Amino acid sequence: MILLDRVTKTYNKNHTALDRVSLHVEPKEFVIIVGKSGAGKSTLLKLLTCEERPNSGKIVVGGLDYDKLRDRDIPLLRRKIGVVFQDFKLLPNKNVFENVAFALEIVGYGTHEIKNTVPRVLDIVGLKGKEKSMPLELSGGERQRVAIARAIVRQPKILIADEPTGNLDPKHAWDVINVLEKINRYGTTVILTTHNQDIVNKLKRRVITIDEGRISSDRANAKYHAEGTKQ
Amino acid sequence: MSHKLITFWRIIKSGVQNFFRNATLAVAAMAVMIITLSIVLFSVIANATFANTVQQITDRIDVSVYLKDSVTVNQREKLTADIKANKNVKSIKYISKDEALEIYKKQNVSNPDLLAAISQTDNPLPASLSIKPIDPNKLNELKAFLDSKEAKALQSDDTSYSGDRKEAIDKISQATKFFREIGFVGVIVFTFVSMLIIFNTIRMSIFNRRDELTIMRLLGASSWYIRGPFVVETVIYGVVSAVVSLTLCYILFVVSASNFDASSLGLLDIKFSSDYFVHNFWVILGAQISIGVLIGAASSLIATRRYLKFKSLS
Repeated sequence: MILLDRVTKTYNKNHTALDRVSLHVEPKEFVIIVGKSGAGKSTLLKLLTCEERPNSGKIVVGGLDYDKLRDRDIPLLRRKIGVVFQDFKLLPNKNVFENVAFALEIVGYGTHEIKNTVPRVLDIVGLKGKEKSMPLELSGGERQRVAIARAIVRQPKILIADEPTGNLDPKHAWDVINVLEKINRYGTTVILTTHNQDIVNKLKRRVITIDEGRISSDRANAKYHAEGTKQ
Repeated sequence: MSHKLITFWRIIKSGVQNFFRNATLAVAAMAVMIITLSIVLFSVIANATFANTVQQITDRIDVSVYLKDSVTVNQREKLTADIKANKNVKSIKYISKDEALEIYKKQNVSNPDLLAAISQTDNPLPASLSIKPIDPNKLNELKAFLDSKEAKALQSDDTSYSGDRKEAIDKISQATKFFREIGFVGVIVFTFVSMLIIFNTIRMSIFNRRDELTIMRLLGASSWYIRGPFVVETVIYGVVSAVVSLTLCYILFVVSASNFDASSLGLLDIKFSSDYFVHNFWVILGAQISIGVLIGAASSLIATRRYLKFKSLS
């Protein structure tokens, strides 16, 4: 599903964000990426969503070779990948329903389809009955679940969650993780980055550790010990 | 409805919403555009009016060559052919002695004394050739020929050139040229200013909505789905400005023409202007809207191209 072959990304001569990273993720896998701040986690995700281009190496996602991807194909790629951000990135002047519907509107779904699809997805993330609420009226966990609903409403094969629990207290963090696991059970490949060692250790999934731009370990059900205070 | 059609409809809808949401910014952008379009409109109408005035006077201008009674038909035809050879001659008409008398009689119907003086003697009026020039400002070549010995020998009197009219035409032509140049410069300057203002309006609008636009891009909205509403918004500026500018001009030309009942104010024939405006209304409306839409669309295309580059998430 995801293949990285000796991918290098440098921002300037002195700073190599990723150094010859090779990685393979199978369909339907749930992969956790851990590492210190600035280790290269975010760069990796930005390469996957084509916000950044690598200096060298090969990236293939869902059969799409990024070398052959033209700028105008990028929107099409992003429609196939769902992304969840630490800061939610919801539209504050739209209610829950409209925020989720927005992802369908911009790709040309009809009103009827939207009215059918959005409530189903809100049900999956446990937000049934909150359709009319505005983002500011919701808790952090609820907001993140709206963002997840928006990311999965187009049924992407891959869901990328960049520190989705970073701004949440433990209870709400677990609400979000549970939703991600549920989505993974439906068959979506999930890539999760986190600093939360409790989550990593309890999930018992494949853990990839990135350190100074390199993969320092890649093991199934690995333990993770976060250093110092993060997020 | 297909996805493409739905998307197109949403772009239009979003553009209209933006237009109303940005009402205060839009007013400033449209004010300048209205001035620009009004200048274009005034230039066009003033040009047409001056051209009409020049044409009317030009049509009345002719050069009369008076022939001696002794000139034979052959000599006359040769002279006619020679004059016709001149490039600046539009037409040439022979007026015989009898015709000249008829014209004289008609012109002096109300003056029995003059008529009596003529009828008592033989017809004293010479036959003549009436020449209509193409450009009354370029009579030198014709004049040189008519002043030549050969041509002079056939003429009974000096050639008549309608000299005062030529001067008037010169003045009007110069004024027309001057106004045309001023109008041209005005159009260029104000087009530039209105493009600049619309450009900045769109830039501010992009800045105000940068979060929403970033999210759209990250969710996979196509470039046109993001740029389209801005272009639609400025196209509305163009259409509204064209209509307002036209309404203002309508009030100025048509209403003032009927109120003042002034058929002519010096060089500017208001009656002609308002008639021209009314007769060409749909063409003018079409042109105004096209120019407005063009200015708006061009500015927003440049602005969105320049400011809608979201390279990073943050």
